[in-house]
Amino acid sequence: MSKNEIAISVQGLKKSYKDIPVLTGVDFEVKTGSIFALLGANGAGKTTIVKILSTLLKQDSGNATVNGFDLSSNPGKVRESISLTGQFAAVDEILTGRENLIMMASLRHLSHPQQVAKDLLKRFSLTEAADRTAATYSGGMRRRLDIAMSLVGKPQVIFLDEPTTGLDPEGRIEVWKIVKALADGGTTVFFCAAWTPSLL
Amino acid sequence: MDTIITVTIMPIMFMLFFVYVFGGAIQTGTDNYVNYLLPGILLISIASGVSYTAYRLFLDMQRGILERFNSMPIARSAVLWGHVLTSLVSNLISGIVIILVALIMGFRSPAGILSWLAVTGILTLFTLALTWIAVIAGLSAKSVDGASAFSYPIIFLPFISSAFVPTKSMPGPVRVFAENQPVTSIVGSIRALLSNQSVGIEIWLALAWCLGIILLAYFLARRAYKKHL
Ligand SMILES: Nc1ncnc2c1ncn2[C@@H]1O[C@H](COP(=O)(O)OP(=O)(O)O)[C@@H](O)[C@H]1O
Ligand SMILES: [Mg+2]
Repeated sequence: MSKNEIAISVQGLKKSYKDIPVLTGVDFEVKTGSIFALLGANGAGKTTIVKILSTLLKQDSGNATVNGFDLSSNPGKVRESISLTGQFAAVDEILTGRENLIMMASLRHLSHPQQVAKDLLKRFSLTEAADRTAATYSGGMRRRLDIAMSLVGKPQVIFLDEPTTGLDPEGRIEVWKIVKALADGGTTVFFCAAWTPSLL
Repeated sequence: MDTIITVTIMPIMFMLFFVYVFGGAIQTGTDNYVNYLLPGILLISIASGVSYTAYRLFLDMQRGILERFNSMPIARSAVLWGHVLTSLVSNLISGIVIILVALIMGFRSPAGILSWLAVTGILTLFTLALTWIAVIAGLSAKSVDGASAFSYPIIFLPFISSAFVPTKSMPGPVRVFAENQPVTSIVGSIRALLSNQSVGIEIWLALAWCLGIILLAYFLARRAYKKHL
């Protein structure tokens, strides 16, 4: 396999919190444009892996590259290639859905923030609710806005930490459709989920 | 906008209360009590305004918004500065609202443009100092209430200063505290500037307090922030 077909590569990743080992040598590779699921029980260390891969935490030892860039030596380049959707919807409830998206587009220095926001609102069926504050959104709408915010700027690799937790079956199906569409478009999707039957 | 109203309502109530309820009984040596009171009211408004910054920052942290920003290609300190600038702008607006209400209540000032600029400068430094304290509080809080609780003692400080009554009338130890805490020198400088009197060394004392607090709080805030990375 040639190098640029691999989006994420992890070798011998170790991490402890104080003296409690959480990751004791993790290895895996994720192909570009694929969907990679990291399954595990609560407390298994899924969020820890996502935080390391998204440059929020430093590993104790081991190597990892994202989009070909080494996490330790080139975290800035990694941040340019990724987006993170954390375990809890990270939307600013004081702002409207549209304002949240415009804020992300401005932070990523895109040239037409208004247009980017408009397109994403449409794609995630949030056009009608666009000008209400996110505080009034349902759990499913919040999650959709959250994922939409992650897609601003078209990152090549996206991390989703338990994207369907707390959603009803309909909401889950919607999220999986989004994930599928992203991968079909060439984006690498890395997601975590608690290992429960309800996943399916 | 909602915030501006919530933040200014308490200081305006204080101002109404002190002027119309206590005003007759307080001997300040000036004929216009609103003039005497305004600087302290402005400081109270800033103290309650910055508690909103702590609250917002705490929510950002809890909701994972800080994590989202920190995984993006933007300078990590930019996130904190964003909150600090928002705080400066909203406190500026609150200050203007309060001065307008004071004008209606009879506040008058012979001060020229330079004095007003100096007043704005001191208030800006005071806002910066308190905002960086708010950043520490927001980042280290364990609950929403904890995030804004830090502001209560600060809101209270003006009451043990020359903001509402001259310190001369206070008993010994209280008076020593009142005369040597930052609010008294800041209030004194603003009052002097607004009434076109000479400011003396008080203004240097006020500046030293503000700058000292800014440096210390900024340093501690950066440290608290690094803990979250
Ligand atoms: N900041 C931290 N300090 C100490 N222990 C932590 C910290 N974060 C997570 N842990 C512990 O590490 C383990 C893995 O956590 P996490 O990666 O969140 O698991 P998961 O996402 O799979 O549920 C858990 O036992 C958790 O209690
Ligand atoms: Mg987790």
